[in-house]
Amino acid sequence: SSLKVAVVWQELLKWNGWGYNDSKFIFNKKGQAEFTGKRYRLGGMVLPTFKEWIEKTFGASLEHKTTSRASLNVNDVPPSVVNEEFLQDLRATKISYSQDAEDRVFRAHGHCLHEIFVLREGMFKRIPDIVVWPVCHEDVVKIVELACKHNLCIIPFGGGTSVSSALECPEEEKRTIISLDTSQMNRILWIDEKNLTACVEAGIVGQDLEKQLAESGFCTGHEPDSMEFSSLGGWVATRASGMKKNIYGNIEDLVIHIKMVTPRGIVEKNCQVPRMSTGPDIHHFIMGSEGTLGVVTEVTIKIRPVPEYQKYGSVVFPNFERGVACLREVAKQRCAPASIRLVDNAQFQFGHALKPQVASIFTSFLDGLKKFYITKVILDGLAAGEDNGQRGYMLTFVIAYLRDLGLDYYVIGESFETSVPWDRVLDLCRNVKERIVRECKEKGVQFAPLSTCRVTQTYDAGACVYFYFAFNYRGISDPIHVYEQIERAAREEILANGGSLSHHHGVGKLRKRWMKESISDVGLGMLRSVKEYVDPNNIFGNKNLL
Amino acid sequence: MKCYTPVIYKGLSPCKPNAIKSAVLQSEQVQYVIKQLAKEMGESPDIIQEEATEILDEMGHRMQLGAVRFFAFTLSKIFKQLFQRVCVNEEGMQRLQHAIQEHPVVLLPSHRSYVDFLMLSYLLYTYDLALPVIAAGIDFLGMKIVGELLRRAGAFFMRRSFGGNRLYWAVFAEYVKTMLRNGYAPIEFFLEGTRSRTAKTLTPKFGLLSIVMEPFFKREVFDTYLVPISISYERILEESLYAYELLGVPKPKESTSGLLKARRILSDNFGTIHIYVGQPVSLRTLASGRINRCPYNLVPRHLPQKPSEDIQEFVSDVAYKMELLQIENMVLSPWVLVAAVLLQNLPAMEFELLIEKTLWLKGLTQTFGGFIEWPDNLCAKKAVLSGLALHSNIARLADGHVVLSDKGADDGAVGEVVFRHALAVLTCATYRNQLLNVCVRPGLVAIALHMAPSFRKEEVYSCFSFLRDVFSDEFIFFPGISLKDFEEGCFLLTKCDAIQMSQQEIYPTDKGSGTVSFLSAMFRPFVEGYQLIFRYLSKEMKEAFTEKQFIPGVRNFVFQLLEKGSTQCYEALSSDMQKNALSALVQLGAVKKKKMPNGFTYHVNQEAVSKILDMFDARIPVQKPVAARL
Repeated sequence: SSLKVAVVWQELLKWNGWGYNDSKFIFNKKGQAEFTGKRYRLGGMVLPTFKEWIEKTFGASLEHKTTSRASLNVNDVPPSVVNEEFLQDLRATKISYSQDAEDRVFRAHGHCLHEIFVLREGMFKRIPDIVVWPVCHEDVVKIVELACKHNLCIIPFGGGTSVSSALECPEEEKRTIISLDTSQMNRILWIDEKNLTACVEAGIVGQDLEKQLAESGFCTGHEPDSMEFSSLGGWVATRASGMKKNIYGNIEDLVIHIKMVTPRGIVEKNCQVPRMSTGPDIHHFIMGSEGTLGVVTEVTIKIRPVPEYQKYGSVVFPNFERGVACLREVAKQRCAPASIRLVDNAQFQFGHALKPQVASIFTSFLDGLKKFYITKVILDGLAAGEDNGQRGYMLTFVIAYLRDLGLDYYVIGESFETSVPWDRVLDLCRNVKERIVRECKEKGVQFAPLSTCRVTQTYDAGACVYFYFAFNYRGISDPIHVYEQIERAAREEILANGGSLSHHHGVGKLRKRWMKESISDVGLGMLRSVKEYVDPNNIFGNKNLL
Repeated sequence: MKCYTPVIYKGLSPCKPNAIKSAVLQSEQVQYVIKQLAKEMGESPDIIQEEATEILDEMGHRMQLGAVRFFAFTLSKIFKQLFQRVCVNEEGMQRLQHAIQEHPVVLLPSHRSYVDFLMLSYLLYTYDLALPVIAAGIDFLGMKIVGELLRRAGAFFMRRSFGGNRLYWAVFAEYVKTMLRNGYAPIEFFLEGTRSRTAKTLTPKFGLLSIVMEPFFKREVFDTYLVPISISYERILEESLYAYELLGVPKPKESTSGLLKARRILSDNFGTIHIYVGQPVSLRTLASGRINRCPYNLVPRHLPQKPSEDIQEFVSDVAYKMELLQIENMVLSPWVLVAAVLLQNLPAMEFELLIEKTLWLKGLTQTFGGFIEWPDNLCAKKAVLSGLALHSNIARLADGHVVLSDKGADDGAVGEVVFRHALAVLTCATYRNQLLNVCVRPGLVAIALHMAPSFRKEEVYSCFSFLRDVFSDEFIFFPGISLKDFEEGCFLLTKCDAIQMSQQEIYPTDKGSGTVSFLSAMFRPFVEGYQLIFRYLSKEMKEAFTEKQFIPGVRNFVFQLLEKGSTQCYEALSSDMQKNALSALVQLGAVKKKKMPNGFTYHVNQEAVSKILDMFDARIPVQKPVAARL
């Protein structure tokens, strides 16, 4: 049955960390770092310089280890409180559901640092009481009707990759919380080759969507860093951005039609057209609504033929300023490749630390030669080969796995992002990194933190900047609190430097405090009035955004 | 030769003065203004660009190490000639050294003498610190050789007034900001805007301060350190020159030959200089939670933008805070105490009594937090005597009495006598003045105790608050904290047992009546002087007038009263006091200040001024301010 599929997927994934169970960084018996599993290019490879990097960068030591609890302690889990009348009604619909503790905990969180920390060492105060698995749009309609009838709270759940505390259950919610897991709504309903569109159920995860479309020779080209696990509905609900947006566009450029079930009824447009002038675009109430208005069930999305080939490249600049100038010029001339990024020196070294052991002496020699040139040439950019480019993108996928390794050795970290006008990119990068370093010092962090950034998207009028921030928390009694204070300070700094509250991670509950400042009182009122009309009883009560 | 390798800002991108100049000229900010002006005036941008280049050449510095060395060498010779000692707080220099590497630094010294910035540059050079670039008045350019030398030693020049000239402002502001952003060198300027002729801290000017703060507001730099520096002179080089100036005898234009004549001064002794380099204050810390970031995010940063009201308020607060820090760290010589006592006991004071009173005042000043340079083993008599020796031009000992050295005051025409005496009083007051900002809060409480109809707290506070408003340009008060100042004044008076406070009342103790009346007497010249000036305005000034008409007018008015002997308030002759009094009335709304094409004109509201006068005389009660927290 479909429930089985869901459970199988859940079992493939870690319950207390990122990604697949079989894929993780470990230190092998020789003390060398290794990435396990066969799913990634890095799988099964030894990373000879990584240990030194982690020791040098964080002052971490393999001798000082923390361990997560091995498995969920079911006794700690808050009990499931569901009223019997609702259960009867639910059974009558034949929709799969579960009140199992593990199922509920699995859907009680996203992947913010504090959430993972709670999984490893504590327990959430509030989690969903019941998980339901609709398999189609009609199922969702039934569930929302039942929730309205019994006045229950629904929190939609897609891939669970949120990094904005969006999936956390509000502690004060007294009603039964239903986690509406969309993962069983994962079919491509049709493909329209004439118009190059596809209608897809919203629960499909990115990699399945691309795999299935590829069978017909198509792709969406939408590749957020989380695409292995995040879902189409989730992309819509958070206003996602993909790394290849230069060719394919961000989610708002890709979406042609959305069907959403709300307590007020179903909202959708009457046609599937490239553009229409019918007042404010209702899609823009839905995109970025973060599960506060309803459940996205079906999306018609643009598709493109699969590209003939994919090529990586890299250029090394003498300093970050020159790199930014180059990106700015690329944006000005609108000649960007599918994806173009600029990493700072710390991140470049980070990438190098993940270099696997090389097989032959010959390549290693060449490698050394390259290195020689990279360090010697200090004028303009110097081509630095395909390998360096590819490694940069690999970092994107493995960084989340790395955080789990860090957690084992007292290193905690997170990434956050913003968008900023071109003329402020340099100032913002410098100031935010400096602020992080300074705040760490003030908060008693013993070892200088890793505070690094990359310019990760280019636009006509500005760029998206992505920060990694991690530190060794030995000697600090409440690391999560310290971490959160520093992250908040960093966000304040971003805003003071003319950056946005978020480019694509969304607001959730983590960044709500700055919403008013970001969109003005009136703006917030506009969003509130939409919420009040669509969902007057706050059935979709995850308390995100507003 | 000294090996000079100063520490530099960690983010420094090294560049030559000429590179800075062309960066300034090519900057978006300056180019924007050039294009704007070209459009408005229908001129070609090239012509205006040319003009900008000239401004920059006139202004720019050309720091050269050779010149710096030469300067340092000469200065060390001159300083050794002039001064006995120069004392510096070493830990302050170390903090500064650290700060310079961290963030752009702005040095904010007090300004009593031209020696200030020469001494500071010399000091930084001696301590192997980066030489500051200094915003100095353009009058210096008149001094051909010295001007050029100063330029090569790192000074850059600003015109004294360029209010209307947008191009000048744009070029100047960008020049300062470019140096700040690059961390090229510490920027130095004087918050007071000009040398204080009275040795009393002048109210701050905000223009330059807001320029140096802007890169932080716009987040072009992570932070900026503001470093208050207090330079205290035992004897001020220009003291007699200042007294002449205050009395309206025009000051000689700075010229090289003038400075050469100053060589005469070289044979004289000017005692000790104390330089206290204050704790660097982080602008980021000051601004935290205060600045709404929105205005800077919504307009391209190169566009000239009028600072918002809260920014202006913030700049003003910072300026006052820095001046208060300067005052806090000033070093007072025993002579300051002597001068304060002597001025209350003219024409002559018994030597022994002077010693006794000086010693008493030392205790009081220390209670109020003043820092006096008075070695433990130095007996009071010696201190007074050495003061008299150093300041023989001001006062002397004759027949067991100390008298002012107003030589020739007794013969000659009446007018001449008054003038000479005024010179002596004003010179002497220059030293007492150094004490005033330390004593001003308890001092005004003391006067308020005399003024108020009863000892009820509200009434005393009302008077205090009135006085504080009237004297807001005379003394340095942090804006808007009248009640806090009052509480501090009361606290200090309680600390020295001069007053007692009950739930409702404040009254002088028997023991403390001496303190209270000493303090009121100390500020009496200001109370009386202001009354004279207000009287002049309320009676004589019916028509609109300019400052140029006002100063000689009021001077004559006071002069005649002094000649007639109907007042003894010689300090009312000081143009500094006159200007401050006028500006106080403007702020109190009793005088309207209007901008005209050829400067400002003033209109007196006779009724309002009379009312203020009546408040002074306690004929009508001071309006009650809200004092809910009392």
